[in-house]
Amino acid sequence: MNDINSINMVEEKKQYINQDVVKRKMSKRLLLNNIVKYLFLFAASFAVAVLAILLYRVSVDSIGWLNLNFLTNRLSTNPDRAGIIGAVVGTVWLMIIVGPVTMIIGIGTAIYLEEYAKRGRLHSFIQTNITNLAGVPSIVFGLLGLTIFVRVFGFGSSIIAGGLTMSLLVLPIVVVSAQEAIRSVPYFLREASYGMGATKWQTIKNVVLPSALPSILTGLILALSRAIGETAPLVVIGIPALLIPIPGSIFDNFTALPMQIYYWTIDSVLVDEYANLAAATIVVLLIILFVMNSIAIIIRNKFQNRY
Amino acid sequence: MSKTVNVKELIQKKDKLAKVKAKIEKFIPLFLFALASISILTTVGILSTLVYETYLFFNEVSFMQFFTTTELRPLSPVEPKFSILPLLVGTIMITLVAMLVAVPIGLTTAIFLSEYASHNTRKILKPIIEVLAGIPTIVYGFFAFTFVTPILREVVPGLQSTNALSPGIVMGIMIIPLVASLSEDAMNSVPNAMREGAMALGATKLEVTLRVVIPAAISGIIASFVLGISRALGETMIVTIASGSSKNFTFDITQSMQTMTAYIVEVTSGDAASGTTAYYSLYAVAFTLFIFTLLMNMLARYIARRYREAY
Repeated sequence: MNDINSINMVEEKKQYINQDVVKRKMSKRLLLNNIVKYLFLFAASFAVAVLAILLYRVSVDSIGWLNLNFLTNRLSTNPDRAGIIGAVVGTVWLMIIVGPVTMIIGIGTAIYLEEYAKRGRLHSFIQTNITNLAGVPSIVFGLLGLTIFVRVFGFGSSIIAGGLTMSLLVLPIVVVSAQEAIRSVPYFLREASYGMGATKWQTIKNVVLPSALPSILTGLILALSRAIGETAPLVVIGIPALLIPIPGSIFDNFTALPMQIYYWTIDSVLVDEYANLAAATIVVLLIILFVMNSIAIIIRNKFQNRY
Repeated sequence: MSKTVNVKELIQKKDKLAKVKAKIEKFIPLFLFALASISILTTVGILSTLVYETYLFFNEVSFMQFFTTTELRPLSPVEPKFSILPLLVGTIMITLVAMLVAVPIGLTTAIFLSEYASHNTRKILKPIIEVLAGIPTIVYGFFAFTFVTPILREVVPGLQSTNALSPGIVMGIMIIPLVASLSEDAMNSVPNAMREGAMALGATKLEVTLRVVIPAAISGIIASFVLGISRALGETMIVTIASGSSKNFTFDITQSMQTMTAYIVEVTSGDAASGTTAYYSLYAVAFTLFIFTLLMNMLARYIARRYREAY
C-alpha cells in the first residue's frame, strides 16, 4: 500500500517509482549480495592458498637436500648419502609398461565401442563396466594385482606385476578420453574416405585415428601422470622397504618415487631428516607431473578446434 | 626397359590382395573386441578374487562376529578377533570430516566460478584448482602428517600425533576440486534465460543463485557430493600415513583411527602370511569397501540422471 501512496502524481516530472523506497528495500539485499560475493571469493581462494602453502612447505623442506647427488645416488639408510636414482629408474620402467599396454588396450577398446559395436546390450554393458571400473578404489586394483599378477602368475613384486596392475587402474581414463576423441572426428571425413572406396578399417586407420590422435595422446599422458603418482596399489602388491638394487629388467623387484615418499614419510618419526628426503622426492615427482601435464596442454591447445 | 604387362596376372594379384584385405576386415573387429573384453575381465577378476577369498574368510570367522562385535585384533597370537566395525567407524568419521570441509568450500567455489567470477578471474582460478586435483594423494599424506597435524596439535588439546581429524581435513581439501568442478558443470548447464528472467524481476545475483540456479542444478550438485563421498571412502595414502593404525572402536576424532583402506595396507605390508585368517580378512574388508563405493557411484549416476531437468 505504501508503494501506491508514495507515487506522487502531482509532481511536474511524473515519477512512478519512488527512488527512496526502492533504495530502502533494495539496499539490504544488495549489501548482502556484496558481502556474500566476497565470502565466495574467499572460499574460492582457499584452494589457491592451500596449494601455495603446500608447495611452499615442500620446497622449503627440500632446500639443501635436493641436489645432483640426491638425484644420482642410490638408496641409503644414511640420509646424507641417500639418493633416488633407483626410484626414478623404477618409475621409468613402470611407465615403459603402462604406456604401451594402456595405449593398445585403451585405443582398441575405444575403437571397438565407437566404430564397431552395435548400440545395444553388449555396448552398454561394456560402457557401464568401464564407468564402474573408473570408480573402483585404487587399493582394490592393488588387491587384484596381488592376487592375479603377484601370486597366480608368479611375477612376485616385480615391475611387470606393478605395471600391469597400474595399467588396469588407469585404463578407464584412456578409454573414455579416446572415445571422446574418436567421437569428435566429424562424420564427413569418414564419408569422404568411404566415398574413395576405402574399407572400414582403412578409414579408421588412415582417417579417424590420425585426426583423433592429439586428443588421444592428451588423455594418455594424463593417465600416465595419474599412474606415476599412484601409491596404494604398489604398497599392496608388496614393494619392499629394503634397499634394492637398480632394476635391470621387467622381472626385477623395484621401488618407485611415490613408494619412496611413503617410506620416508612414515620413517620420519625415527629419523627427522627422512622428512626432508620425502619433501625433496615430492619436488622431483611434482616437477615430472608438471612437465607431463604441460605437454598434454600444449598438445591439446595446438590441435584444438581444427574443424 | 620395356615391361610386358600381363593383365590377367594383375587381376589375379588384385584379387588375392582383396581377399587378404577382406580377411583383415573380418579379423580386426574380433581383435578389437578381445581388447575391449579386457575391461570386463578386470571386473570379473576383481569380483571373483574378492568373493572367493571373502568366502574363505567367512568359513573361519562368523558373519555375526564380523559385523556385530567391536573388537579387531587380526594378528593377536592368542585369540585373533575380526570385526569390521572399528574400521567402518574410522572410515565414516574421516569421510564425515572430509565432507564437512569439501562440501561448503567446494560448493561456494563452484558458485563463485560459475556465477560471480569475471572471465579473467575464472581463467586464472580454474587451472589452479585443477592443479590441486592432479596432486598425488601421497603428497597430501605427507602434508597432513608433517604440516597439518603439528599445527592442529597446537590448537586442539589432546590431539594424538596420528588422528582422524588431520587426514579428514586434508582429504576434504583433496576432494574440493572434484566437488567444485562437477557442481560448476551442473550450474553452467542452467540456461542463461532463467537467470535473466529472475534478474528482470529484480532479483539480486545472490537471489538468482540461491533460488534459481542451485535448485535447477541440484541433481548435479548432489551427485558431486556423493562422488566425493565415494572418493573419500576409497582414499588410502592420506589415512595410512596420518591416521595411524589403532583399531579401537571409538568415535573420537582426536584419536588414531584406522580406515578400511589403511587396514588393507597394514595387513598386506608383510604382517600376515598368505593363507592365514588375517590375510583373508583383508579381502572381506576390501569387498565391503568395493560394495560401498560401487553403491555410491551408482547412486550418484542415478541422482544425476533421474532428477536432471532437461532444458
